[in-house]
Amino acid sequence: MDLHLKIWRQKDKQSEGKLVNYDLKGLNSHMSFLEMLDTLNEKLIVEGDEPVEFDHDCREGICGQCGMMINGIAHGPLKNTTTCQLHLRSFKDGETILIEPFRAEAFPVKKDLKVDRSAFDRIISSGGFVSVNTGQAPDATAIPVTHQTAEEAFDSAACIGCGACVATCKNGSAALFTSAKISHMALLPQGKEERNKRVLDMVSQMDTELFGHCSNTEACEVECPQGISVLNIARMNFEYNRALFFNKKGG
Amino acid sequence: MILDSKIPQGPLEQKWAYYKKKAKLVNPANRKKLDVIVVGTGLAGSSIAASLGEMGYNVKAFCFQDSPRRAHSVAAQGGVNAAKNYKNDGDSVYRMFVDTLKGGDFRAREANVYRMAECSLNLIDQAVAQGVPFGREYGGYLNNRSFGGVQVSRTFYARGQTGQQLLLGAYQALMRQVGKGSVQLFSRHEMLDLVTIDGKARGIIVRNLDTGDIERHAAHTVILATGGYGKIYYLSTLAMGCNGSAIWRAHKKGALMASPSWIQVHPTSLPQSGDYQSKLTLMSESLRNDGRIWVPAKQDENRAPNDIPENERDYYLERRYPAFGNLAPRDISSRAAKERIDAGFGIGPLKNAVYLDFSKAIKEQGKDKIKEKYGNLFEMYLKITGYDAYKEPMMISPSAHFSMGGLWVDYELMTTVPGLFALGEANFADHGANRLGANSLLQASVDGYFIAPYTIANYLADEIHTGKISPDAPEFEQAENAVKNQIQDLMNIKGTKTVDYFHKTLGKLLYDYCGLARNEDGLKYAIQEIRKLKQEFYKDVRVSGQGNTMNAELEKAGRVADYFEIGELMCYDALTRNESCGAHFREEYQTPDGEAMRNDAEYQFISAWAWTGENGEPELVKEPLTFEEIQPTVRSYK
Ligand SMILES: Cc1cc2nc3c(=O)[nH]c(=O)nc-3n(C[C@H](O)[C@H](O)[C@H](O)COP(=O)(O)OP(=O)(O)OC[C@H]3O[C@@H](n4cnc5c(N)ncnc54)[C@H](O)[C@@H]3O)c2cc1C
Ligand code: SF4
Ligand code: FES
Repeated sequence: MDLHLKIWRQKDKQSEGKLVNYDLKGLNSHMSFLEMLDTLNEKLIVEGDEPVEFDHDCREGICGQCGMMINGIAHGPLKNTTTCQLHLRSFKDGETILIEPFRAEAFPVKKDLKVDRSAFDRIISSGGFVSVNTGQAPDATAIPVTHQTAEEAFDSAACIGCGACVATCKNGSAALFTSAKISHMALLPQGKEERNKRVLDMVSQMDTELFGHCSNTEACEVECPQGISVLNIARMNFEYNRALFFNKKGG
Repeated sequence: MILDSKIPQGPLEQKWAYYKKKAKLVNPANRKKLDVIVVGTGLAGSSIAASLGEMGYNVKAFCFQDSPRRAHSVAAQGGVNAAKNYKNDGDSVYRMFVDTLKGGDFRAREANVYRMAECSLNLIDQAVAQGVPFGREYGGYLNNRSFGGVQVSRTFYARGQTGQQLLLGAYQALMRQVGKGSVQLFSRHEMLDLVTIDGKARGIIVRNLDTGDIERHAAHTVILATGGYGKIYYLSTLAMGCNGSAIWRAHKKGALMASPSWIQVHPTSLPQSGDYQSKLTLMSESLRNDGRIWVPAKQDENRAPNDIPENERDYYLERRYPAFGNLAPRDISSRAAKERIDAGFGIGPLKNAVYLDFSKAIKEQGKDKIKEKYGNLFEMYLKITGYDAYKEPMMISPSAHFSMGGLWVDYELMTTVPGLFALGEANFADHGANRLGANSLLQASVDGYFIAPYTIANYLADEIHTGKISPDAPEFEQAENAVKNQIQDLMNIKGTKTVDYFHKTLGKLLYDYCGLARNEDGLKYAIQEIRKLKQEFYKDVRVSGQGNTMNAELEKAGRVADYFEIGELMCYDALTRNESCGAHFREEYQTPDGEAMRNDAEYQFISAWAWTGENGEPELVKEPLTFEEIQPTVRSYK
């Protein structure tokens, strides 16, 4: 199949970027979207141009490193799919595809399609963990967790930290990402002890990082490759209010 | 050179306890004075960095991804082993030790393997305490399942995303330390050289991948947890960035490289469909608990799988290995698939695959049950191939997956360079010639959480009076210049072929001559071809862009440059081992019915290789293996 690509090229953080047109012919529809970009890059290199920089690693939909806006949609048209798991069979022969980096104030562009998502790491380091030291944990099965709870916690824990939720949100909010971690921890007995401090610290870090506020448009859930539910955001709000309440009482 | 494995004295079950009792300690007040570098933030790297940070050392952690959470460990699907015996099916540390040693074809050290099994108990506790949501029974207790090569259920899992959840646990522990300031994080930094001073590891040279800046980092000890080099085959189940550069550059600085040719080929990955393909996706081995593997009984079969009646199918694993059937170990299952494919029974458009069929399990257990167990894998299969595996069998094929070889380490996980440690897949220890499923996440984790914290402290206890290591030392300058020159050389070639072209060509050579099966002529041929390819690379590669900016092509070029040398060493290693064991199947050494023929009399040793210079032949150093607890037996899964 043939494709016309319009790709955002930006030399570095400081430079201005622009859309550049590229044509590719004779592609196989079984190719993944990133393999299509590899093909483009091979061609650019041989022709003496600079290849397009994009982030990726596992190419299995699990590391969360890939991600771009494809025709205005984070990770492209297929629901619950990362860019690396998107295949050309989702596009029409001869189609024009617009490819841009994830955009958000908290995710500055580094080069072409690569953005800086280290703000997510800082949110986790502000409280997204259980404070357990190495080597002294009690027997694992001594703390029963119901099947249902473990599965629910897993549903939240499955977030891959790709940032599609932020890129999709008109406010650039990180509420879905942050709430997924808060829910994961709040659901499990191990995470309960620190729940107040965790939610207050993580929400405050989210604000420091220049993420916008959640205004409940729910676009994030639609674009999330892991299908993380917006109910997590409701739980985060509940946990936050609860923490404020208990904190006032000094608990 | 004589290799000292430093195995502690005493009976097997007490060796580790004895070591810990005797190991030197570092006073908490002194830990602040000691600097530690950890390269890699997968399970091994994150867990050691978090552990040492928590203990009070100054830790710097490096990874090439944009966040430590993306290390390759995140991709592991099936599960992690622990001899907890929660199922009451007779599991024990001893049984796990025997399974692992036997699974590795008696090419690992008894003491190491026993210790891994012993520490497996703690790992599950640690992970659960961190909030890893492992699968649970309805009563609230932990669930587990069975993996290839064993007859008990000792594999703990978090759906089909066990590696992800374990890594997130370790990553969160790491980020907790980063928040506290005990660990400094350097993501998007690639280690390009090891710095040694007076023979000891004292630091590293890294490239900041965002800016292209070359930086020096000094420390009292350097820990490499940089994962495996299986991506050398280009098509593999590994992430695109996986590479062998860190260990290889350490090798050139004196660290011996052990068993490089033992690369596990996984039986259940998706088959290659075209030349454009960049990787082969793994379908978890756990699928083999319910899926049956078969090929048509007739060659060049053209009917759709569902149109082939039961009596015209060959369930070759069940036929050849009745005791283990579809759960036969990876090396055996992969080879059996290759044998059928080579004999003309392969299926799929390129006739390079076999079927993995769930129809029986779906009939017996219902689609919902199968969906609950493996739903995400079926979805992944659908996304990648466009086929619905609930309706027709999956197509699977063997592909390069895991490197059992790596830097040689002693019982303390220290390499032959004092002060340089190697953890996780980057070292050669514990798996022998073949890794049992779900043992790798385990090894990477226990290395980092439970073993290295003791052994590194033992080393650092003698470093307290060394004082700060200065990055201005001439050794740093030399190493930095070498790195800069290499980058400049690569940029200056300005040839006509892309880096990927060379990587793909090398990968194909290795698949053909140093893959599932090897023979003397093929290996000799491959060595010559790799040398030619390497020469061509240095004449004709084209690395676009600049050396001093973000440049993914340059990153790849450096890694491929090392792959030529690693590939050559793999072939050397395979050539000198005149036997078949585990992942190493030498065609000359097989039984009349096509099974591997091990030669314990002559090859019961670990091959460790020393670097002898750019055009020198690698030098073989043998570490003999002795077995006191169990006597090597022929591995039979029949
Ligand atoms: C698809 C797949 C599925 C698997 N499933 C299972 C399973 O179910 N059970 C199981 O037990 N095992 C499984 N494995 C194997 C297991 O995942 C790995 O062996 C294990 O995770 C390795 O962990 P590690 O910490 O040693 O290395 P990795 O997780 O690979 O981490 C390597 C780290 O090193 C860094 N790094 C590398 N080179 C450099 C450099 N030069 N400079 C800076 N940083 C560098 C990387 O950035 C990364 O942080 C699977 C493997 C694959 C490929
Ligand atoms: S919540 Fe979904 S979209 Fe957001 S980072 Fe996590 S996986 Fe990506
Ligand atoms: S490359 Fe890892 S999720 Fe896409």
